[in-house]
Amino acid sequence: MEERQIALEVKKVSKRFGQKQANKDVDLTVYRGEIHVVLGENGSGKTTLMNMISGIYFPDSGKIYVNGEETVIRSPKDAYDNKIGMVHQHYKLIELFSAAENIVLGMKDEEKYDINKINNRVSEIASKYGFIIDPKKKVYEMSISEKQTVEIIKVLYRNADLLILDEPTAVLTPQETQKLFDVLRHMKADGKSIILITHKLNEVMEISDRITILRKGEYIATVNTSETNENELTEMMVGKKITLNITRSDPVNPRTRIECKNLCCNSKEGLPVLKNVSFSVNGGEIFGIAGIAGSGQRELLESIAGLQPLTNGEIIFHNPKENRPVTFFHKNLKQIKELAKEHKFHYEDGSEVDLSGLRDSEITKLVNDEKILFNEDEIMNLRDKTPLQIRDLGVKLSFVPEDRLGMGLVGNMNLTDNMMLRSYRKGDSIFVNRKKPKHLAEEIVDELEVVTPGLSSPLRLMSGGNVQKVLVGREISSSPKVLMAAYPVRGLDINSSYLIYNLLNKQKETGTAVIFVGEDLDVLLGLCDRIMVINSGEVTGIVDARNITKQEVGILMTKVLTHDNQQEVTEEGGEANEGQQ
Amino acid sequence: MPDWLNILIDSIAFGATFMFGSTGEIITEKSGHLNLGIPGIMCMGGAGGCLMLNLIGTSNMPGILIVLLGIIASFASAALMGLIYSFLTITLRCNQNVTGLTLTTFGTGLMMTLMAKASQTKYLNIPKKYFRFPFADRTDSLQKLGIMFFLVIAIIILAWFILNKTKMGLNLKAVGENPATADAAGINVIRYKYLATTIGAGISGLGGLYYIVDYSASGEAYKSLEAYGWLSIALVIFALWRPLRTIAGSILFGVLFSFSSYVTLIPFIETTLKTKPILQMLPYIATIIILIVSSIKNKKENQPPSSLGLSYFREDR
Repeated sequence: MEERQIALEVKKVSKRFGQKQANKDVDLTVYRGEIHVVLGENGSGKTTLMNMISGIYFPDSGKIYVNGEETVIRSPKDAYDNKIGMVHQHYKLIELFSAAENIVLGMKDEEKYDINKINNRVSEIASKYGFIIDPKKKVYEMSISEKQTVEIIKVLYRNADLLILDEPTAVLTPQETQKLFDVLRHMKADGKSIILITHKLNEVMEISDRITILRKGEYIATVNTSETNENELTEMMVGKKITLNITRSDPVNPRTRIECKNLCCNSKEGLPVLKNVSFSVNGGEIFGIAGIAGSGQRELLESIAGLQPLTNGEIIFHNPKENRPVTFFHKNLKQIKELAKEHKFHYEDGSEVDLSGLRDSEITKLVNDEKILFNEDEIMNLRDKTPLQIRDLGVKLSFVPEDRLGMGLVGNMNLTDNMMLRSYRKGDSIFVNRKKPKHLAEEIVDELEVVTPGLSSPLRLMSGGNVQKVLVGREISSSPKVLMAAYPVRGLDINSSYLIYNLLNKQKETGTAVIFVGEDLDVLLGLCDRIMVINSGEVTGIVDARNITKQEVGILMTKVLTHDNQQEVTEEGGEANEGQQ
Repeated sequence: MPDWLNILIDSIAFGATFMFGSTGEIITEKSGHLNLGIPGIMCMGGAGGCLMLNLIGTSNMPGILIVLLGIIASFASAALMGLIYSFLTITLRCNQNVTGLTLTTFGTGLMMTLMAKASQTKYLNIPKKYFRFPFADRTDSLQKLGIMFFLVIAIIILAWFILNKTKMGLNLKAVGENPATADAAGINVIRYKYLATTIGAGISGLGGLYYIVDYSASGEAYKSLEAYGWLSIALVIFALWRPLRTIAGSILFGVLFSFSSYVTLIPFIETTLKTKPILQMLPYIATIIILIVSSIKNKKENQPPSSLGLSYFREDR
């Protein structure tokens, strides 16, 4: 349709990983001198597609044409030979080396290795496209955006004409992003083609010429940026709502269980990952958290679990301890007297406790006999508490982390021992009690239909789904008051997923506050009672999952807050898009 | 020649043992492999070389050929040990520490047996004279510092050059720092690792030959070789993984180590045999101090290669 030269053409490319179809018959056409955005949700197969073009993966079927010729790309080297270079999301740099050393690493040229010459060449490329870089600077002294610059120059140094950038703006500040875009425009003017992967719709609209949308591994459409808008793109990205067969009961007697106020925290690099996140979760509901991967979900859960130091904010836990006796373990005599004045206590028969006129010794006796009972939830601030302290406070908090074998379980230990990770501190004897954990392990294997060679075989020999069942089973077994689950169904087949949903629902029915971090919007909409959407560490909305469309959540997930127009959620959408196949 | 100069040259000659050992280990460690088998490898290098010299030392071959064959045999037997280590840790991805310690035990034991057997049948033949330059008679110092001393200096300078001035060195360092990145950059990680550990082991092994034949020239010297292997590993840390620094480090270690023997020469310091072991600890104490200082300063350049001790498997992600 246009006279422009085609730099790259991908036709009907497919790739499977085990059970998962990562790409199915995907088409992509990139012209010379254009910026082409590949858009899609998490797991829509964007990175897989790019990895096939850059030689990391080899497609199962389909063809790739470079400059009109059919090309087989088997390795990153093949890609470079075809003048294709990719900047990955995770930079592959040697910290100890200088920028220039990293740039030439692994290059096989006939020239003699002369670092001065290389430094000059790097500076030359940098000034040509408007980068600012010191070729002699060591990578470990660099900021993230400088590291990215090194990666991009690495590709340019190898004379690539087609650059693939995988979410380059995810780690950049707005100012740095603008600088990067300037550079990209320079490259475009120089006749280079750029494929950009990003979730941020405003950036897509700003920088791209054309957009290809993928959804769940499938090609949806390619549109010209000038002929589309953000709403249309969101619709194409998230697609139509699929009704899942998840039973959802209404929350019974919801009472605030955990309250987070203005949570802020920084990443290891010192960049803010959570910005004033505030929400409260009730007992007896499933509270979903939606967002693009890496928007701060992990940090949020970890900060509640006591694993992530906060720079600001408070985590208030309401311990539902009605009718629990007052003890001197938690409160001293003076505090008890004061609390009594505030009508916080009652007797077993329900009458209010009046301690005025009683002598200290009498009060002590009442307390020791466990006659005085609380009639309010216990309120605790969990900020700056370690997981152990949180547990010692009597807070029953369960956490199913994203990284099952890294944080949740020990791969080299067997089922029983993994159960003991939670309980080995119990008991006064120096010997561990193996009976109970073993019993628990048997129970979990039985109830959750875990497929395992035996209780004494190491966990790492089991499949991902079974490992996940074991982890969720263990965390639920302690009858938690708050259950946090990050991507609990990731990598699980349909049946196991439903089993997990049912487990979460059961927990909800017993009054647990369930926090569910998910990636599949259909599941979030079908399972949760309320959904909080976070975007780059900020809450873009807390919505009722029963009365919201997928598109609306999608918009909340991808829009960038400008802090002036936070309430800009449009109400249109819901209609099927034209580009859908 | 004054006494102190004599002591210094003697220490330098003694220190050359460590120069071999630690240069080999530095090359190995630059590829990300911590070879704790160096003591055993040095023993095997010594044994291999000595057995070869025992075989040909009395023949009427020209001296230079005898030396060359001795060196080759020593290098080869040590490199063979390095190859075993490489196969276990690179291909089979065994734990490096365990593998290294096993090789030390194995190498030391095997050398003891071989050397004892060799000296049983006929007295161990140590043709030290061939290891000196023909014109060595004219100067005292050249009598102490022979062909192998200058060989190790050459090896060190070559190692420094390769590591810092060539692409090969850049690639090797990349492999030791971050093998996944090196792999992605198209460097043959496995080949670099194999070559570095094997050649490194071979160089270390020469230290064994040097110590037995060149430095001490005694049929009993092999018995104390293992300790110097450990000292060589300590020296790698002392030198902060830089080949040129091993020269100064080795000399210092040599001085400190032989200090105990010469301490009686210093007036007003009375020493008995009892204090000798304490004085012999000096090199190790110096290493600990260096470790503490370099850890406190925490400069990236002074840290061991980042992936040291970790095995690399491409499909681990």
